[in-house]
Order: sequence, then C-alpha cells, then structure tokens
Amino acid sequence: MSDKLINATNLKKSFDQFIAVDNIDLSVSRGEVVGFLGPNGAGKSTTMKMLTGFLEPDNGQIFINNINLKSDPLKAKEFIGYLPEGAPSYSDMIVADFLSFIGKMRGLNHNSLNNRLEEMANQINLKEMWNRPIETLSKGFKRRVGIAQALIHDPDILILDEPTDGLDPNQKHEMRNLIKRISTNKAIVISTHILEEVEAVCSRAVIIANGKLLANDTPKNLENKFLNKNTLSIKVSNKINNVISKDIKSLIKYDDVKIQKTDISTHTILVSDNKKVPNLITVLKQISKLKLDVTEANFQKVSLEEIFRSITSDNNSK
Amino acid sequence: MNNYLNKTYIILDRELKGYFRTPLASIFLLVFLALSSGMTFFLGRFFERDQADLTAFFSWHPWLFLVLMPAIGMRLWAEERRSGTIELLITLPVTNTQLVVGKFLASWIFTLIALFLTMPIWITVNYLGEPDNHVILISYFGSWLMAGAFLALTSCLSALTKNQVIAFIISSISGFVLIMAGFNLVLSAVRSWSPNWITETISSMSFLSHFSRIQMGVFDLSTLVFFISMIILCLWINVQLVQVKKAD
Repeated sequence: MSDKLINATNLKKSFDQFIAVDNIDLSVSRGEVVGFLGPNGAGKSTTMKMLTGFLEPDNGQIFINNINLKSDPLKAKEFIGYLPEGAPSYSDMIVADFLSFIGKMRGLNHNSLNNRLEEMANQINLKEMWNRPIETLSKGFKRRVGIAQALIHDPDILILDEPTDGLDPNQKHEMRNLIKRISTNKAIVISTHILEEVEAVCSRAVIIANGKLLANDTPKNLENKFLNKNTLSIKVSNKINNVISKDIKSLIKYDDVKIQKTDISTHTILVSDNKKVPNLITVLKQISKLKLDVTEANFQKVSLEEIFRSITSDNNSK
Repeated sequence: MNNYLNKTYIILDRELKGYFRTPLASIFLLVFLALSSGMTFFLGRFFERDQADLTAFFSWHPWLFLVLMPAIGMRLWAEERRSGTIELLITLPVTNTQLVVGKFLASWIFTLIALFLTMPIWITVNYLGEPDNHVILISYFGSWLMAGAFLALTSCLSALTKNQVIAFIISSISGFVLIMAGFNLVLSAVRSWSPNWITETISSMSFLSHFSRIQMGVFDLSTLVFFISMIILCLWINVQLVQVKKAD
C-alpha cells in the first residue's frame, strides 16, 4: 500500500497525430500542494482530465488512493474533487441548488449535505450569493462556486485547473489563502501559468511542456538548480580598460564575471556562480584595492519565472 | 442497486426542474396545447366529424412530435458539451448510462405532463358523447411511447454536437425519415422494385404504421417491443456517443 493519494505512471495521451501527454509520471501525497506549470497547450489540462477520469489515457496507469482508476472508476472518483478549467456550472441554477445537486451526486446524506452546505457558505464566503442564480454572479463568485462544488464532499484529493484565472488580485489572494488553509490534510494539484502562485502556495512544482515532464521538485530545489541565474550587479563610475578588467576578473573569486559598459564613464560588473550565491560584501572586499567608485549595487535572485523560461525554452530549442 | 437508481433519480430531478427554471417549459406547454388543440379542432374537424372519439386529436401527434420532441431534447447533451458541464458530470462517481437514462427520463416525464394537460379534450369528448375510453387510454399511452422514441433519438443525436440548433435539425430530419417510412407514398415506391420483405421491414420501422394501429385501439406486443427497443437502442448509442464525443 502506497501512502500516495495520486500515483500516475507512464501517462500518455494523443489526439490523432498530436501527442498531448508523453510518458508523464506524477505522484502526490497527503499534505502536498503540487503546482502544475507549463505554457499554454503544454498538456496540463489533459493530464488533469486523465487524473480525474474524464479522459482515458492511451497508456499508463493511475491509482487514486491505491484504487485503479481504470478498473474501479466510480470508487476512485469518490476521493476526488475537481474544478475544471473555466469553472463550468449550471448557470440557470441558484448556488444552493447547484451545490446541493453535486453533494447528492457525491453520495452525501441529508444531514451531512446540510452541514457541508453550511460549511461551504461560510468557508468560501458564498452566503450573500446563496440564493442567486449562478448566471448573475461575477467571475470571482462563479469561481468560488466551482471551488465549493469540488470541496462539497470534503475529498482527499483536490484537482484545480487554473483556479485563479481571471480573478482580480484580491480574489487571487483569497483563493490562495483558502488553498493553503485546506491543504494540510489533502493532496492538491493546481495548474497555473502564474508563477507567483506556485511560490505562494505550492510545496512542489511540476513543469511540463510539449507533453513532457521537464522538472518535478520543490521551488527551493529548483532555485538551487539554477544558482547561476542569481546575479550580483555592481555599477562603477570608472573607465575600465583591458588591464583593470583582467584585474577585476582575477580578484573576484566567483565562476562567472562579466564587465559591461553602461555609458561613457560607467561600467557594470556582473557576478554569478554555478555552486553558490555570490555575496556582495565579499565581492566588494575582493575589488577594494582597485579603489573603484561603486555607485550602485544590487542582487537579482533567480525567480521561478526565469527557471520556467529557461526550462521550457531549452525544451523548445531541442 | 438502490444507490444506482438514486443517482439516476437525482439527475432526473435536476433535469426536470431545469425545464421549469427557464420559460422553456411554459412556452413549450403553451405551444403544444395550442397546436394540438388547433390541429384537432381546425385541421382534424373535430366537430364536423360528429364522432365521439379522439382520432382527430391523436392523428396529428406524429407530426407534432416531429418538431416538439427535438425542441425538448436538443439541449440534453449539446448544452452540456457547449458549457463544459459535461466535464463535471463525467467526473462524478456515476456511470454514463445513469446520466443518459436520468436525462432521458426527465424529458419523457415532461412530455407526460404535456400530454396530461390535454385532458380537457378527453373530458370534452366524454361530455359530448360516449367515446371508447379504452381506445383513448391506449392512444395516450401509445402517444407517450412514440414521444419517448422521438426523445431517445433526439437525446442520442444531441450528443453529436455542441450546437442545439444543429441537434434540433438533425433530430427533426431523422424523425421525418422514421415517420415517412410508413407513408403509402414511400411504401408503394419501394414496393414497385423491391421484394415484399423489404417493404414490410421498412413499414415495420415506421412510427406512423405503429401509431396508426394504436389509434385504432390495437396495441399488440410488436408495437410495444418496437418503441421500447427503439428507445433502448437510441439510449445505448447515446451512451457510446457521450463516451466518444465528451472531450471533443
């Protein structure tokens, strides 16, 4: 018995000649929030559709809470709450009826359904819209209704396809807080192309492009793999000739030192390293004997966005 | 089994209430009542016939259903596919068969309500004369069965497209073919060049042939089997189409 709530191996899905998902492995344990990242058309939604049982993979196996999704789909689906892309819902129904319908279909009895409806109204802040037809709600509230229907049966697994897409910054913030709140006892998979979202809520980032899995690690480990993207930039108001340039490069004990001419009288020294993050004080000490006039110094930490761009563009160029 | 039926009932309940959430139900019921009464009294010459029966009422049902059943059933799957809610439904712990049967039953019950609302015509004919109520009851049941076959066909074809208008058109055309299969014009044209058994087969596939017998009070097993198997066949194809077309 595996403690992984989602365990998918060798997932493959093609549409005619187009390979949407190509041999992807993915496992998610309880308490994990996995951010599914990738450019548009990378295969994120297709993978999620396979994990939820909407699409059947051409190849590979999916186990949901140790239940084979293919051989016992009805049992496996009971453990999943799913928010499809665009949060579709029956727009002519009022919020309460819609959630009640999904709850009943999820097998909740009368009492537990009433309890869960009340919890959803409070937890997702839907009270004021409770008796309004869904078609009259704003995009933010529609998305909340989508989240509520995914959570109505308190599932162990939550699969959310772009849960914050189209929301304003406040709504995004609320949604992320909600995901954080409920993440402790669930396995959550979120697809997004907003990288700050992964940094904000995810314990692991999975990057896919062209249907292939390119990275699967914690945001911290991914940053460590791209240490050379951390750059120290020191601006000096000196003219730097070849001799001084050589001196600077020999004095600074980091892997990569570049000197760029900013304008007639100023230059910028760029320092990076493959194994460690360059330290500003150390560099300033190392070049102190050259008596350069340092006018500006800053450190650019590698962002998940750069990592994402770097990984996905490498894949495209291959 | 109980759980299986329960989920089918939940789908049926949502769908049936769905008709009444929008003006669709009222408009449909009004149009159905207006057309069926209009056809009975004006085209069917109900009073001029001076007979205490409802032949003038029931004989127009195949033609009425040809347009009205696709109007009821066109949204069943086309709308789910257009709005993306099919993804919600399929990922619920429920089989495609439960979904298809639940939706179909809702539309069929809605038709039953429409037929029930034509009761005043039955009452009228009883007030004016002494009709054979046994024949009328059989005709009502036959009419409902035929409506079921039209609806199953529409539901099945509605899974082919995301567009309700297209679903309506292809359902009406298919229904027209199934009605015309029993028309003398078609049968005599076929009879002129084909063996008798082909003509018989085509005639036996016709909604019109079966329904004509019902109207005369003849409700044999073959008619019941025909409509029921037509419904089951269409719904079975419907289940397969939902499976194949869900992600298109």
